[in-house]
Amino acid sequence: MADTAPSAPLSGPPPAPAVGLPVITPTRVVCGILLLAPFVALFWVNSYARLRPAFIGIPFFYWYQLLWVIVSGVFTGGAYLLIRREEARRRADPPPGAGNGSSGADGGTDGAPTEGAGR
Amino acid sequence: MSRLTISAAGHTNAVSLTVFIVLFLVVTVVGFLAARWRRAENPLHLDEWGLGGRGFGTIVSWFLLGGDLYTAYTFIAVPALVYGVGAAGFYAVPYTILAWPLVFLFLPRLWSVARSKGYVTLADFARGRYGSRYLALAVALTGILATMPYIALQLVGIQAVLDTMDIGGSSGFAKDLPLLLAFAVLAAYTYSSGLRAPALIAFVKDTLVYIVVLVAVIYIPIRLGGYGQIFHESAAALAKTSPATGKPRGSLVTGPSAQWAYATLAMGSAMALFLYPHSATGLLAAKSRNTVRRNLALLPAYSLMLGLLSLLGFMAIAAGIGKGVTGYNAQLAVPQLFARMFPSWFAGVAFAAIGIGALVPAAIMSIAAANLFTRNVYREFLKPDATAAQQTQVAKLASLVVKLGALGFVLGIDKQFSINLQLLGGIWILQTFPAIVSGLFSKWLHPWALLAGWAAGMAYGTWTAYGVAAAGKPHSHFGGSSATIPLIGQIGYVGVTAFVLNLAVAVVGTLLLRAFKAPGGRDETVPADYQLGLAPEPASPVG
Repeated sequence: MADTAPSAPLSGPPPAPAVGLPVITPTRVVCGILLLAPFVALFWVNSYARLRPAFIGIPFFYWYQLLWVIVSGVFTGGAYLLIRREEARRRADPPPGAGNGSSGADGGTDGAPTEGAGR
Repeated sequence: MSRLTISAAGHTNAVSLTVFIVLFLVVTVVGFLAARWRRAENPLHLDEWGLGGRGFGTIVSWFLLGGDLYTAYTFIAVPALVYGVGAAGFYAVPYTILAWPLVFLFLPRLWSVARSKGYVTLADFARGRYGSRYLALAVALTGILATMPYIALQLVGIQAVLDTMDIGGSSGFAKDLPLLLAFAVLAAYTYSSGLRAPALIAFVKDTLVYIVVLVAVIYIPIRLGGYGQIFHESAAALAKTSPATGKPRGSLVTGPSAQWAYATLAMGSAMALFLYPHSATGLLAAKSRNTVRRNLALLPAYSLMLGLLSLLGFMAIAAGIGKGVTGYNAQLAVPQLFARMFPSWFAGVAFAAIGIGALVPAAIMSIAAANLFTRNVYREFLKPDATAAQQTQVAKLASLVVKLGALGFVLGIDKQFSINLQLLGGIWILQTFPAIVSGLFSKWLHPWALLAGWAAGMAYGTWTAYGVAAAGKPHSHFGGSSATIPLIGQIGYVGVTAFVLNLAVAVVGTLLLRAFKAPGGRDETVPADYQLGLAPEPASPVG
């Protein structure tokens, strides 16, 4: 698991962190819940396999799932903003003694994603 | 077969046809001009033709990915399924909902490692991560195999529109002429402009599609007496007993016995979405990791559109489209609904939206398949010292071959065969999930075990899908993608069952191989490769 990077969320056993903030932070837990919620809601088909209550004539089965399109979009967007904020914090607040280059290696490439990168 | 139903839609409407042709000409010009758009200093590199220079920002990527993933076949087939069976066809909505949070977990890492190592295809990643050219070949061939019928189905989408407009002669070559013309144009600008052509055309396509869908979900219900009336009539139509099966045609909600199938189809399709070569191509063309993530948060807008679009299936039932026609081709339901409901000029816009909606994904799919062939077959096995310019040339030619193959499918072979193959393609492409997604987080799984798991999943999936008979035809094959799940006993999506088998074989195989200390491949990636571009760009704090 040596190559499991600190940004690896949710899946797999928790790796040994190389940076100051722990791997499981409150932000990541919240993001995990935000990303997991649509799966729980939509796999539970029995909870919405019904006609009523209807909305402007559309049976519950349909408008409920269409509503989840919007809810899930908001959740994923929220997870994106939260993770970004935490990454900014990780960068601004370099961990004590994190000398293995994991966070240092990031800095050089963003901001100027040139056409030639990666060739 | 579809010819029989044309008379129901009326004769060629000159206004519709004119609007259609004008819009088609516009995108053709755009497609050829795209070659000059953001031209880079090294136009011969495969990154330029095959990935648009890897420089697309948030907005271009959003249109490109949306135009890429929501294909003309989706516009035709999803409402057609809802038209045919009701609620069971609506699984496409949870599918597109779940796809985004799911891929949010791994696509940013995939983008980073591909940019860091210069990977053009998913098979490139498998090659680099596991050091196994045969695993990479398996991923590449699966991708090509799954893509070919998918391109063919885009042509089926165009054909449904052309049929509804009743253009083309009455028989043989003349009938296929419009399709051939559209196709030749597509092939020509893909050849000359590469991924830049569909990226630019996607702006036109998606704008048209959004306009058409918004108008359709407001205007058509007004004409049909409101959503309450539409669902009331649909319920009655779906409850009627089908003479072929002796059971009702469908229902407005999924019955208790259909819920496993509904959930597993949604899950399996969501997992498969970004393993398709054309999705990966659209993704890797993004210019930064944040472009990718921002897009995953913004792309659900298309899911909403798809959800609204699938309601058109019910509107077609309520409007009496295809009523009383024996052997009615449900693929024509949406185009014919447009023809009947809209004024002819707007029907022309709607037809153009579907037609152009077929060109964008067809172009990207052929580019993606060409990239796979060039990188993972030609360069890997045939000519390891190929220069960048040679690779680009081979890819351009391969894109033509792939498109001709797809055309052959549609014209030469039974259309149903393309549809069967596309269904199989979904099951097949899902079998590359363990190698790609687990590889992004860990290299624990052994390449030989992954290969064995892939083979097991492919074999089981194909064999099981072969055994599924169509409703009312006991001895037919490939009648659907759901079958009984062993051990659980419920009906579920074959792709997911095969995936579970695949993963089990891969894990057990890895344990065995590790016990015998079998040599693994060389991993050329390092942890930092997966984090390239991780930090946010300082200038845009709000996203």
